[in-house]
Amino acid sequence: MSWVTQTLASSLGRKVIMSLTGLFLCTFLIVHVAGNLQLFKGDEGRAFNEYSYFMTHNPVIMTVSYLLYTSIIVHALMALILTRHNQASRPVKYAYTKPEANSPWSSRNMGILGTILLIFIVLHMRTFWYEMHFGSVPMAEYDGKEYKDLYKTVVAAFSQWWYVAIYVLSMAALGFHLVHGFKSGFQTMGLRHKKYTPLLEFLGVYVFAILIPALFAAMPVYMFLKHVGIIG
Amino acid sequence: MKVNLKVWRQRNGNAQGKLVDYQLDNVSPDMSFLEMIDVLNGELTMKGEEMIAFDHDCREGICGMCSMYINGRAHGPQTGATTCQLHMRSFSDGDTIVVEPWRARAFPVIKDLMVDRSAFDRVVQAGGYVSVNTGSARDANETLIPRPIADEAMDAAQCIGCGACVAACKNASAMLFVAAKVSHLAVLPQGQAEASLRAEKMVAQMDAEGFGACSFTGACSVECPKSISLDHIARLNREYLGSKVTSQAI
Ligand code: HEM
Ligand code: SF4
Ligand code: FES
Repeated sequence: MSWVTQTLASSLGRKVIMSLTGLFLCTFLIVHVAGNLQLFKGDEGRAFNEYSYFMTHNPVIMTVSYLLYTSIIVHALMALILTRHNQASRPVKYAYTKPEANSPWSSRNMGILGTILLIFIVLHMRTFWYEMHFGSVPMAEYDGKEYKDLYKTVVAAFSQWWYVAIYVLSMAALGFHLVHGFKSGFQTMGLRHKKYTPLLEFLGVYVFAILIPALFAAMPVYMFLKHVGIIG
Repeated sequence: MKVNLKVWRQRNGNAQGKLVDYQLDNVSPDMSFLEMIDVLNGELTMKGEEMIAFDHDCREGICGMCSMYINGRAHGPQTGATTCQLHMRSFSDGDTIVVEPWRARAFPVIKDLMVDRSAFDRVVQAGGYVSVNTGSARDANETLIPRPIADEAMDAAQCIGCGACVAACKNASAMLFVAAKVSHLAVLPQGQAEASLRAEKMVAQMDAEGFGACSFTGACSVECPKSISLDHIARLNREYLGSKVTSQAI
């Protein structure tokens, strides 16, 4: 084995892969939530559709999106490898344990939270990404130019209460995954410092675990309330 | 006070073990946990039964031998203490107390509550030393070290190799132990020369012994009798990754 594969196969190297892919996904979340805020514009989806067009046609964005798909797959595979390895490190379990006395729940259930997220990602991509790329999306015309009207797909999807419920629950899982994952990612890279760690922990809790999941969850809820006529 | 015990009994490494119920009626709250087990062993001997095998030595919190997983916690309900520093006043009259050995692939059970922790010795043999003679105590005073750095090294050097970090971790990871050993040498001038390769070698041995990876749950540091900080794990990660990327070792 070369030093590179040897490093990446070590317990620490595997965690570095988790950390790099996980933190990259975190930066993606910022872009994704910011862009989708356009759903809240009361313009029948024009800004959102123009944004979707840009995101599927800009070469830089398209390149980054392949990096994103790879990251999700690598993160999930590495999570599986690590979880299995970690479970094998204790072949005989304790008869009685009290883990809540020494560690937060989220930190001990990253695998379960991640699995919920993976199922969510598949469902989410089937509904929007697949329809946008390979399915049939109605067309809209703005200033004489044709756009895929993804907004209509969004409206249709979020008019079903159970679909909205899945989104809200998944975003709760995202919050719990990131309340531990964000700060853990930095620890894995050895980035821990009196001056910066408090800031990173603040960002991890208030931005990545609360604000971003809450904004994401607000989108389907808003669209649903609009659909049933509670808000205009 | 009265206590109901459920103690792990296992004849040897290959035998099937099980939790066995015992009752003690006359326990003084001032007894240490180990003294309570001594009393139980006395009773077992009187009855002609085999005593419970458990590790212990100093009985004052400095040797790290007294490994016991008590009521779901390494070294029992107290923090910052070993089993020998735990007293029966931490329990209530009539309590049921479950006592198990450390559970980890790298710490196989020898008998009852005794486990083989020689994996730690091999991790230290892999690099937890300074290769040259650094002199005697007098020579140490000639190398002036700023107080905060000496304190940092001492905090890490407090590790007594008890294995509670492994026992408490959901992954049976030895990162806190290895981090303590790497840190306490890495911050001192005598240990700095070999700091980065040391991290590489000790992590490689840690993996070879079959310990799990770190999930940063923090359970180790909470259950560590010396409250070794997670800062040291970050330093180990830094030393290891830095060395992997920059060292001449291929
Ligand atoms: C939006 C998607 C996701 C984001 C932003 C994300 C982010 C992160 C981050 C930053 C970490 C910390 C890495 C470290 O401790 O070094 C992490 C850890 C983890 N992730 Fe994710 N993740 C996502 C999806 C997933 C998925 C789909 C899975 C599983 C199928 C998963 C499973 C895990 C596991 C098991 C860990 C803990 C690894 C360990 O501590 O040993 N994650 N994630
Ligand atoms: S780090 Fe703490 S818990 Fe782990 S072996 Fe050292 S003293 Fe024991
Ligand atoms: S017997 Fe030495 S630390 Fe407990």
